[in-house]
Amino acid sequence: MKSILVIMISAVFVDNFVLSKFMGICPFLGVSKKLSSSLGMGAAVIFVMTCATAITYPVYWYVLVPNNLQYLNTVAFILIIALFVQLVEIALKKVMPPLYNSLGVYLPLITTNCAVLGVTLLNIDNGYTFLQSIINAVFAGVGFSLALILFSGVRSKLETADIPATFKGIPSTLIAASIVSLSFMAFSGLIS
Amino acid sequence: MGNLKEFTKGLIKENPTLVGLLGMCPTLAVTTQAVNGIGMGLATTFVLLGSNIVISLLKKVIPKSVKLPCYIVIIAGFVTLISFLLHGFVPSLYDALGTFLSLITVNCIILGRAEMFACKNKVIPSALDGLGMGLGFTLSLFIMGSVREILGSGSWMGIDIPFITQPMSVFVMSAGGFFVLGVVIALVNKIAGKKPPQKIGCAGCPNAANCSGRKGGAEE
Repeated sequence: MKSILVIMISAVFVDNFVLSKFMGICPFLGVSKKLSSSLGMGAAVIFVMTCATAITYPVYWYVLVPNNLQYLNTVAFILIIALFVQLVEIALKKVMPPLYNSLGVYLPLITTNCAVLGVTLLNIDNGYTFLQSIINAVFAGVGFSLALILFSGVRSKLETADIPATFKGIPSTLIAASIVSLSFMAFSGLIS
Repeated sequence: MGNLKEFTKGLIKENPTLVGLLGMCPTLAVTTQAVNGIGMGLATTFVLLGSNIVISLLKKVIPKSVKLPCYIVIIAGFVTLISFLLHGFVPSLYDALGTFLSLITVNCIILGRAEMFACKNKVIPSALDGLGMGLGFTLSLFIMGSVREILGSGSWMGIDIPFITQPMSVFVMSAGGFFVLGVVIALVNKIAGKKPPQKIGCAGCPNAANCSGRKGGAEE
């Protein structure tokens, strides 16, 4: 049994979703241009990941397993995530317009964010308990936000840098991401 | 003739990964070996071909307001099918791809093609489009995998290369993945004589139409 602390540290630093598991690269590259949008996207991802895990975990163990339908987990989970994101968007728009304006714009992007589906599937694969799954989801989201926020700082410097024309834009962004990822590799000895 | 064009455009000119910048996650994650790249590419091609055919057949039946959930369910069905097949026939590849096999479901290439092509075109062009895009994806995964395997493990397709005695293992790690992809995209643009893309395109994103996030940062 992994202790809660190990799961926390591992989800944020060692197995960072973006920089070492390569999940959610599209929003990482697309939204990290500004600090404000990184914060918004990060908060939205933490929220959706936590709620998606809270819903999919009982669905897997109390609906799919008793009926021997484990192989349907991909179909069931993605459907739940898509419906949930849609519902949250509608609800936020009606109930809390200010929150919708700061977070809601990122919600449609999250349905197809593989980090969300990834975290729900990995929680099942790793055999976590409900509490461990929730902790893992929250801190995976925190790790995702951390990567996004750090990288938005790197990118603001990159804007003004003098780069050969062939590398301008996405290629230089990817190479900068590689250096950030290199720095996260130093955490890999933290948990054996 | 027209149909042939649908097939070939995905291979190089509109290559989904290197030109369209879609499906970045599997491109980076599974390409530590050339063989894994081919396996992932072919699995995605299978799903893309199947989903394009089914979606183009059902284009009149699916109501517009719920098309995204419908597409996702169709795609997830094919993903479940291919993971059964791989589990049964190529268990080593199944283990190597891991979660990323299930994550083909949210690969934006597949949703993107469904949204941009299959829901507007007839069955045969859609099938050829899916096949071409899938093979283009496989080709770029193969290139990425080859570079990373040769530099990072000193082998190619599982065969040791004799004169590389000390491989640079950083290339098979995550940092190397970002680096190689950046360099490959820059090279492709150099060869094609184009300016590299400045940002991840929203054009291919299935949510582009109803996404207000573009104003927030994804697009300037």
